[in-house]
Amino acid sequence: MGIIKAGKLAFEYIRRDDEGNVEGITRAIDDVDLDIQQGDFIAILGHNGSGKSTLAKHMNAILYPTEGTVWVDGKDTKEEKYLWDIRQNAGMVFQNPDNQIIGQVVEEDVGFGPENMGIPTKEIWERVEESLKAVGMYEFRKHSPNKLSGGQKQRVSIAGVIAMHPKCIILDEPTAMLDPNGRKEVIRAARALNQVEGVTVVLITHYMEEAIYANQIIVMDKGRIEMQGTPKEVFSRVEELKRLRLDVPQVTLLAYELKKAGLPLPDGIITAQELVDALKKQK
Amino acid sequence: MLRDITLGQYYQTDSVIHRLDPRVKLMTTIVFIISLFMVKNFIGYIVAALFLIGIIKLSHVPFQFIIKGMKSILLLLIITVGFNLFLTPGEAIVSVWKLTITREGVKIAASMAVRLSFLIIGSSIMTLTTTPNNLTDGMERLLNPLKRIKVPVHEVSMMMSIALRFIPILLEETDKIMKAQIARGADFESGNLIKKAKSLVPLLVPLFISAFRRANDLAMAMEARCYRGGENRTKMKPLKYYKRDFIAYGFTGFYLVFVIAIGRVFFIL
Amino acid sequence: MAIIVNHVSYIYEEGTSMAVHALKDINLQIPDGQFIGLIGHTGSGKSTLVQHLNGLIKPTHGELYYNGEDYYSQGFDMKRLRSKVGLVFQYPEHQLFETDVFSDVCFGPKNLGLSKSEIELCAYAALKQVGLEDEYFYQSPFDLSGGQKRRVAIAGVLAMKPDVLILDEPTAGLDPKGRDEILDQIARLRQETGITVILVSHSMEDVAKYVDRIIVMNKGGILFDDTPKQVFRSYRKLEEVGLAAPQVTYIMHEINNKVFPVDTDVTTLEEAKSEILNALRK
Repeated sequence: MGIIKAGKLAFEYIRRDDEGNVEGITRAIDDVDLDIQQGDFIAILGHNGSGKSTLAKHMNAILYPTEGTVWVDGKDTKEEKYLWDIRQNAGMVFQNPDNQIIGQVVEEDVGFGPENMGIPTKEIWERVEESLKAVGMYEFRKHSPNKLSGGQKQRVSIAGVIAMHPKCIILDEPTAMLDPNGRKEVIRAARALNQVEGVTVVLITHYMEEAIYANQIIVMDKGRIEMQGTPKEVFSRVEELKRLRLDVPQVTLLAYELKKAGLPLPDGIITAQELVDALKKQK
Repeated sequence: MLRDITLGQYYQTDSVIHRLDPRVKLMTTIVFIISLFMVKNFIGYIVAALFLIGIIKLSHVPFQFIIKGMKSILLLLIITVGFNLFLTPGEAIVSVWKLTITREGVKIAASMAVRLSFLIIGSSIMTLTTTPNNLTDGMERLLNPLKRIKVPVHEVSMMMSIALRFIPILLEETDKIMKAQIARGADFESGNLIKKAKSLVPLLVPLFISAFRRANDLAMAMEARCYRGGENRTKMKPLKYYKRDFIAYGFTGFYLVFVIAIGRVFFIL
Repeated sequence: MAIIVNHVSYIYEEGTSMAVHALKDINLQIPDGQFIGLIGHTGSGKSTLVQHLNGLIKPTHGELYYNGEDYYSQGFDMKRLRSKVGLVFQYPEHQLFETDVFSDVCFGPKNLGLSKSEIELCAYAALKQVGLEDEYFYQSPFDLSGGQKRRVAIAGVLAMKPDVLILDEPTAGLDPKGRDEILDQIARLRQETGITVILVSHSMEDVAKYVDRIIVMNKGGILFDDTPKQVFRSYRKLEEVGLAAPQVTYIMHEINNKVFPVDTDVTTLEEAKSEILNALRK
């Protein structure tokens, strides 16, 4: 079994009007099966309201399934006794950098998780140091988070999660509020974690360029998994992605348009290099 | 504008005062405040001033920075001084229209102004040199005995430290919302009191909605990082007294005795 | 000549040790009817600049003119200026406050002291201009999707009938389709009304497709002020300041260097496609 596994997962919530009367039931996740292996880099794509964030919150036992089961490291998230194990093993980084930093000083914030876990003081310091170094924020350890840029704040949040020594880290649209430089910093940090430390990364995003680094892309719509495959496989389905309010990287789109105009190019071109190679063959 | 409030802000630098145990700083601040109300004469104020200046020097916080924080309480200061100046009965010195300034009024107003400024400066030195986390840690430890009578000491101190963290963020947000509404022709300045209060609605509604959202997000983020109250929690920076802390306690004790003594001695003279 | 920015500098905390030069000697002319992209990364001064244009910040040095009138001369009507040079901030959450969409959009014109019927006409017209359907008019603005909130926020400024519309990052946080929809709507609005639009963004791809002039800011100064083609020609320089040309520009350079000669000045996907096809036909 993989590090995160979901079987026939469904999640419903009840909508209420101002008086608290039930207006209806929304099925935010509908019949999702998932199996994420240790060491994977998974990107989950989907438009706003497609259910991707709701799915992410199930991986950290913030939400519980209405139907079906989610296992994190083999443990059922519905079982109360595993709650803290699961939250430690599947760390989570959220969208708004300001709303997840608790400490007034960078290092204190990174230490927050280990403190909650009851780690001895000496080891907390070791963990804080190694985590801040892993995201390249060690020199900022004494700074106030308010003075950092968006990308730096998100890297601190990532360090705060790594300090808990999770097996898996779930990033819920960590770049949505950042500028291009900040986005690059965060993605670089996430990739390094995956490649160097072997941490499983689940990246939820709607920036297509960020998804090309994943070894597996999951596309969600209306709470269901609509597509699943390698970036090449998924991005070769341009029309379908557009119908799901998504996009493809510009190179892919250009290759697709050229192909539509009659050039015999292969499907799923995702880098400029691939396009150059394909065009060379056209001469 | 709103960002000028230094009260409750941390000034990052390295100094003896920064390194002191927060409990020492808390106790010293309390002692200092008490001493201000025991001082009865000019010399006592000089001693208090010297004590304060000494600590500011040791803290490496620029004096300018502390004074800037005073601006926000200027109004309070003026009102207090004004009340005391005009409303204290006694021997009249100057009388304009219906307002009379008395000799006693001047005395009380002056000592009030000095006390209040010293009090504010003293407590801002504490917040400027202590990270809020550290401060609430100190408070938690000092108030720990209250746990026995079921006072939620840990929860209260956590709430305080979170509130302190979000004050600058919410202030900045207030500024942004104000600008967004001014760009839509909103007017926060003119009009009578009722109109002014009404004009705050477009500011307060987005601010409250945002604050609730942030609270919600933060609670989720804390839970995701295994927060479950104070039980079984360890500390990254546990409070431990060092030699310097005992020395500081000594100084504080000495200061208190000195101020009391001066009060007595000069009273006798 | 709608807006002239003349030697404008802005310094935070001037005269103290903490002084920060947010704007350094900015000179700009913004004629009627242009579609301008204002680009720069966080902290480049672009937000400070647009707040100057809207009269929210007073320059420490220099002057601003609207139709020949100095912003800070005696008797200048700042409230009128703010209605004529409309500014929509990045997050709609910072301005939406009423219980329903329609009343929220009425807030701007109401502040201008118009009559009730005029206010409602303005609000209705503005909501139509941003393409919001009638069914949303009496919903709470807080229940809308991100893209719809953004539309209501823009309508809230359009309702004051501005001549210049400044949009600060109108696409932040939206999904790809939402981004395209908002930008298309703005382009359509400009075509229909001839309004001057200043689009503040850090996405070159967004801007390249629509605008006819790009102003690039860096460290409080203007680095480039030219047509998109000219600006992207200096893509190396853009990279040095932490920005980048649109992805297509890079692709075209790669193709030009490694495959066959193509025009590297193209800035949109459409142009790139026809350029490659042309090159292959030769």
